Parts: sequence; C-alpha cells; structure tokens
Amino acid sequence: MRDEATFSVKAGLAEMLKGGVIMDVVTPDQAMVAEAAGAAAVMALERVPADIRRDGGVARMSDPEIIAAITEAVTIPVMAKARIGHFMEARVLEALEVDYIDESEVLTPADEANHIDKWAFKVPFVCGATNLGEAVRRIGEGAAMIRSKGEAGTGDIVEAVRHMREITGAIRRLAGLSSDELPTAAKELQAPLELVRSIARDGRLPVVLFCAGGIATPADAALMMALGAEGVFVGSGIFKSEDPPARARAIVEATTHWQDAERVAQASRALGGAMASLESSKLEHEQLLAQRGW
Amino acid sequence: MAAADRQPSTPAGEQGRTALVGVLALQGDFEAHARVLGRLGARVVAVRVPADLDGVQALVLPGGESTTMTLGVEREGLAEPLRALARDGVPLLGSCAGLIMLDSEHLGLMDMRADRNAFGRQIRSFEADIEMDELPGGPIRGIFIRAPQIAEHGPEVRILATVEGHAVAARQGDMLVVSFHSELTGDDRLHVWLLQRAAERRARR
Repeated sequence: MRDEATFSVKAGLAEMLKGGVIMDVVTPDQAMVAEAAGAAAVMALERVPADIRRDGGVARMSDPEIIAAITEAVTIPVMAKARIGHFMEARVLEALEVDYIDESEVLTPADEANHIDKWAFKVPFVCGATNLGEAVRRIGEGAAMIRSKGEAGTGDIVEAVRHMREITGAIRRLAGLSSDELPTAAKELQAPLELVRSIARDGRLPVVLFCAGGIATPADAALMMALGAEGVFVGSGIFKSEDPPARARAIVEATTHWQDAERVAQASRALGGAMASLESSKLEHEQLLAQRGW
Repeated sequence: MAAADRQPSTPAGEQGRTALVGVLALQGDFEAHARVLGRLGARVVAVRVPADLDGVQALVLPGGESTTMTLGVEREGLAEPLRALARDGVPLLGSCAGLIMLDSEHLGLMDMRADRNAFGRQIRSFEADIEMDELPGGPIRGIFIRAPQIAEHGPEVRILATVEGHAVAARQGDMLVVSFHSELTGDDRLHVWLLQRAAERRARR
C-alpha cells in the first residue's frame, strides 16, 4: 500500500529541512552558490524581496523558465512562491514539480478574502504568519510548514522577532489553559478548536516553524533559532550582500551552532557589507508586506 | 557545549546501564531521532563537533539534506572521527540522508553506492508498509521523502527490503541503513535494534 501526498509526507519534508537555511535565488548560478554553501533548499524567484520593494508594481509567480532552470541546476529541494489566493499559480508550480510552494505575502495578493485550499494539492505548502491565530488558520487550510512573515526585503529583524515571540508566547499561554478554557481561546485566535487543543497538549505547532523576513547576518539567524525557530529563510540577505558565498556559509554555520556564541562570532568575521537595509518602523503602512494575508 | 547538550533521560545512577547515543545534529530531523531514543531510555548527545563523540556507544545519522550534512562534516572535521567510531565497532543507524552519508561516495563506511531522489521529487514522496528482513514484529511504516535507493552494493551488504524494485534497507555488520523515516511514525524498532547492538557490544568488552 503506497500513499502519496499524505499530511505526514508533506510535513515530513519540512522535518528534513530543520536546522537548515533556505535561500532566495534568482538564477541557476546563485542556486549553485547556495547549494555549495550548505543551503538545505532554495527559493526560486524572479526578484528578491528587496528588488520587489524597490521596483513596485504587481509581484507575481516567477517565470516557469527560471524555476525550471534552477530546478535543473541543484539537487537540493526547490521552493517557489505563489500569490496569496492564486490557486492557479499554485497549480502551475505543482505542474513544474517544485518541492514546496510558499503562498507568500511578498507577492501581491490575488484574493483579498481567501487563501489557497492547500488540502487540494499534492505538493506541500509553507505559509507566513504574524501570530498564532494566523499560523493555525493556515495549518487548518492545509499548510504543512509555517514561517514567520517578518518584513521581507528590509534587512531589519525586528518584525521577525515580534512574530516569532507572538507565536511561541501564545503557544506557551495555550499550554497553561485548562481544557474548558480552550474553546474560548480558539474563538479569540479565530482558529479551529481541534488544532488549538493539539497545540495546547503538545506545547508546539503540529508542523515545523521557520523564521523569515529580515535576516541579514549570522547573529540574526542565531537569534531566531534561540527564539524558537527550527530553521531560517534568508531572502535578500545573502545575494544583496557584498560577498554572498561567504555570508551564505556563515549563516549556515550560525544556524547549526546557534547555541555557541564563539562559533557565531567566528562565522561573522570578514563577511564584507550586509545588504542595504530599511528600517521597518519608517515604512508607510502600504509598504508593509506582513499585513498582507489574514 | 558537549556537556550542555547532554540530556540524560534517566537518573544519574542509571547511566552505567543505559547507552550514550550520539545523533549527528548538523541539520535535519535529529530531534525526532533523539525523541525516540529518549523514550527508549537512552541518553542522547547531539553531535556537532568531534568532541561530542566522546564516549558515544551508538550513533544515528538522521534524515535531512545530504549535501548540507556533507559540507557540515567537512567544516567540522567530523569525517575521520566518525570513521574511527565505525572501525571501533560502534553500531550505526542511518536514515535517508544518513544512508547516503555512509555510502562509498561520502564517508565510505558501507560497501554500497546510493542514488539520491530515486523515487523522484517531493510530489512522488509517499508512505508505505515495508516488509523488512531481520525485523521482528511485521511490516514497518516508512515515510519516504525524496528518498534514495541503494543502487549498487558489495557482498558484505545484505539488502533487507525493496520497494518497487528499489533497495531501501540494508545492513553491513552493525551498520543499518534505511531510505525511509520510521522516526516520524512512532515505530521504534530500528532504534531498539541499535540499542540492542550497543548493549551486546558492551557485554562483549
């Protein structure tokens, strides 16, 4: 008996990515640099978030040609982004056999009311969240992996820290509630009760939790691991920096050795300049990507 | 760091009787393996640097990305210490990427060559009940995530299970490898095997 696309199979790939770094790449060459630096997976894109922010306009799924070329170039898993609610972009990505689809707020949302019904797909999905309710709603829709949203393309870690603390703090609070308090907690979280019960019982999400949005340095990656992330996404932080291969290797090393400050210090040396950054708190409301999705 | 990572799951007085098991923790699902081993009463140490291998009586090479792990093993200088451990007869269990790590093109500890992603990309990942030789208690539920196969092997390697013509489990002496993940299904029989081999080895010494 062979069962494909079960939730265990979908969530299982995220289990294998744990302790790893998933890097945004826009060319096959960058994908090979990421792989050689120790990336656990790559996110195939047309533009990294910093460029999406700079260029403006509608940000869509990448050209399948780019995704296919990146898929050819590496043996590690390849992820790609679809717009929130754009199930047809997701179908295209599934047809391209990407390994994971990121229903991402970094792209311009296609549906302002509904996220993609992720149960309807064989390929697993990762979704962003700013708090526990949002994370659990995405899992209820079939997401097999959750990441913090952070504020992509800024190089400012403050939003990722806020989101990770929101999620892990709310899980700790749930774990302290009695069973007759959980229905009200579920109502307040606007999340399915059964999932809320399982999270309260286990003290953790039923899927892997990564961090994304604003990681620019090895210390940023180690900070997020210390705050409860099980791995990190780095978007613009690597290929918008001065020395991408060195920074990529250093962030991989810091993610593995986050408990050892001497190793993080050693990894952080002589990396050249970090990406050009933006302070999240100085952005106009409509420039904030994390407020997309609900 | 090694000391901080050691998490005895049994009272200190029992440490003489329970095995100290290393789980390679550079990347991947090492925590899932550690949880199974902890439930079985083993003391577990996360292995990230050679010093973490001190006193280890059994070792797990977990699932994850074999490329990432290979680079990590190089960066940390872990290849020789891992080979020395195997030469010493410390029993090893490798799952998925761990199987690849033990083949002739990586650590070279088993006389076999693995093919990565033998079943295809993630969309063709699956779970199934596997009939496995030498494993008491009936079929084992395995989750196959972009799983490898054993493409070629020498006479020392015994193939224990196949799926659709792909060899997915094998043993060479006290080294057991599987293409799949039973650590994610709650089936602890492979870990029981590992602890038994470690206990037998200690009894012999």
